[in-house]
Amino acid sequence: MTTRKFAAFFALAAAALAAHAAPIGYEGARHLLNRTGFGASDAEVAAFAPLEREAAVERLLAGARTEAVHKPPAFVDDPFTPFYKLKALPAEERMAFQRKRVQEGVELRGWWLREMLDTPSPLTERMTLFWHNHFATSQQKVRSAQLMYRQNVLLRREALGNFASLLHAIGKDPAMLVWLDNAGNRRQAPNENFAREVMELFTLGEGHYGEADVKEAARAFTGWSLERESGTYLFRPAFHDFGEKTVLGRSGRFDGDDVIDILLSRPETARFVVAKLWREFISPDPDPATVARWASAFRDSRYEVKPLMRAMLTSDAFWSKANRGSLVKSPVGLVVGTLRTFDIHPFDLRPAVFACAALGQNPLSPPNVKGWPGGDAWITSATLLSRKQWIDRVFRGADPPPMMMAAADASPAAGAAAPGEGRYRRMLERGMADYAFDPSKLPRDRSRLVSLVLAATPVNSIEGLEGAELVRALVSDPAYQLQ
Amino acid sequence: MTFDRRRFLQAAGLATLAATARIALAGEPRRKLLVLVELKGGNDGLNTVIPYADPQYAALRPRLAIARDQVVQLTQSTGLHPALAPLKDLWDRRELAVLQGVGYPEPNLSHFRSIEIWDTASRSDEYLEQGWLARAFALSPSPPDFAADGVVVGPNAMGPLSGKGARAIALSNPEQFLRNARLAHDEGTSSNAALAHILRVEHDVTLSAQRLRAGRTFATEFPRTAFGASAGTAAQLAANEAGIAVVRVSLGSFDTHANQLATHANLLKQLAEGLVALRGALVEAGRWDATVVATYAEFGRRPRENQSGGTDHGTASAHLVLGGRVKGGLYGAAPALDRLDGNGNPPFAIDFRDYYATFLERWWGIDAHAVLGGSRTPLRFV
Repeated sequence: MTTRKFAAFFALAAAALAAHAAPIGYEGARHLLNRTGFGASDAEVAAFAPLEREAAVERLLAGARTEAVHKPPAFVDDPFTPFYKLKALPAEERMAFQRKRVQEGVELRGWWLREMLDTPSPLTERMTLFWHNHFATSQQKVRSAQLMYRQNVLLRREALGNFASLLHAIGKDPAMLVWLDNAGNRRQAPNENFAREVMELFTLGEGHYGEADVKEAARAFTGWSLERESGTYLFRPAFHDFGEKTVLGRSGRFDGDDVIDILLSRPETARFVVAKLWREFISPDPDPATVARWASAFRDSRYEVKPLMRAMLTSDAFWSKANRGSLVKSPVGLVVGTLRTFDIHPFDLRPAVFACAALGQNPLSPPNVKGWPGGDAWITSATLLSRKQWIDRVFRGADPPPMMMAAADASPAAGAAAPGEGRYRRMLERGMADYAFDPSKLPRDRSRLVSLVLAATPVNSIEGLEGAELVRALVSDPAYQLQ
Repeated sequence: MTFDRRRFLQAAGLATLAATARIALAGEPRRKLLVLVELKGGNDGLNTVIPYADPQYAALRPRLAIARDQVVQLTQSTGLHPALAPLKDLWDRRELAVLQGVGYPEPNLSHFRSIEIWDTASRSDEYLEQGWLARAFALSPSPPDFAADGVVVGPNAMGPLSGKGARAIALSNPEQFLRNARLAHDEGTSSNAALAHILRVEHDVTLSAQRLRAGRTFATEFPRTAFGASAGTAAQLAANEAGIAVVRVSLGSFDTHANQLATHANLLKQLAEGLVALRGALVEAGRWDATVVATYAEFGRRPRENQSGGTDHGTASAHLVLGGRVKGGLYGAAPALDRLDGNGNPPFAIDFRDYYATFLERWWGIDAHAVLGGSRTPLRFV
């Protein structure tokens, strides 16, 4: 990267540099690691506590990865089964294949959760999940765990890399080409799906483009297609409209990459992405002036993500007491965060995958292209009770499985529950045998334990509680839902 | 208040008190029930309520048109999809209102934007935070002894009940809800907005749990489908002695872009059988006259079938309203298949906000103008 790209962010950060030459402390380290990862164990928090703000953030950024630590499930290297061949199969074989793909999807989610749980760089996974929500693509429609895996690899590669490169690559990503129908976008009858969402949800935001821009951009993306046998990107000149287009006031014989460059040249794009990152990492209410400043530096740096994250994570807004505990934990944040904080490393992570799904966030299956709404919307009476129920199971104490299984089997699955729900619950219970916490791994010091577990003052009194009872009270407290 | 055993016992005591109080209050609840059925993904209204006598219908749908002799005929020109045959009995009893052409001006063809418009009852170019029912109940709360203003069945978003204003809960089945509700506590409020939201939800859960009773059984059998289970839950909630003003259930996905015929028939069959069972249970419980069931969806589907044996996103669509006090018959207008717009979609005949205004004004006596703005014209189906 050139010095020029750094300059803008350096100017922003320089003034603040001298101001926080003090250790962030245990509480500060917990805040930083929870917000940039998925929970953190006592040992991890203690390791960051003596660092100053910049050093702590620098350590996180220096550890950023572009590849997963864990080997992916074996099926990702299987030969790709073309969609058209699948359609030609007899009904029974097709059903069997579809079941296999659903299983592969669960395996893939388990692999990703394992990565979140064990990676030395939780920030990398947190950003990968952030981009997954931004470019929300669902296996429900893509119907190939292999293609979902390839997209996940791309999101991780650019997680803390470059947003412009990511956006160009996502337009040609096979899962995205299927998800937003661009694989079938032909000049004879352009399909507007990708062209609309790339403006509305990936770059400009609603209200910063017109219907004519959508139509013209759709022409530019014609021919961005799939090679049927391998499921890889293929440009099909015969489908492409080589004529002149006018997008956001500019005219030329644009192709898809030209249109993406036009979108990247607009100030709205950087503001849209920076405000979303603010809501992910700082608070529910972005400060417009700061967002504008960071956005302009982001654009000037040609969309390098690391310098932006450095500016955000060292900012006073990030560290402000008022913003601590102001965000609701996502289901993945709650589930993986609980496991990581309490040093629980289950053999089978499928129950954790099902838990996330039951709480409203099934990774690789966002509800639609807009992603999960997040924020307060994570919490309804149904999801809140499911959260509490899951926590109750993990912290119930010694030797829970036989009792829980009996209870699950006896529960009136036939009653009003949806078919399959009882079976699903039983599976969840059985697999959770090793989801128990070990109180001996936790800090002995009381206030340190409270700081480790909660981002806000507990609502309920914890007076007189000790050991495992204290832990149960803390994780049952409404404040445990916050980060 | 502290989190301890004493507190749990206190709550249990309150629940007993509430149960006793209910006996004294037994009788007709002071606010009638609306059961909303969301047809998720956008239902094909044209193959639901079929203008079978219109030659344009068969012309637009060489592969998808339902043959005239298959249609469940309601009038000389209009009929129901054969999978809806179980509803014919309700039609004959004049308990089924069939609305054609429910939509809005400047329709949006995106699923999530259009359902947002329906959920918040906004204009096409207007963004509102609160669901239309949340606004209604903020203005006119249900009686304080009600279990809740609204209950959303299933893990779905709160839809028309989302945002501050309504006492609303979501649950999959009442037994499970009550089992888990012991984990929730009513703990006051907070200046932290996120925490305040969580505490409000805990409060609503606690209050509802004290008043809901589960385990009511019916002689009526519910179909063993996902929607049958939801209808069973809706019946339990409707029969509950502590009132509830709204129950929202959903069925889908109706987003039938390809190979629509079998998928759509199966969904409509689930819908019809579930609704008939719901009616049976509520007749049993003596609540059918105080209940109205109504469907809604983000949009209908395009009249002209596409190349994959399916239909793309449309606009105005048909909806069904059922209930013991419903004035059965046809409302709105058959789709003008000769006046399709630039995207190939028909004009609307009933503004969906007039549809909503009917429930607000004529079912509940709530000022529709204050909730929906503008000047609304309620329909006369209740």
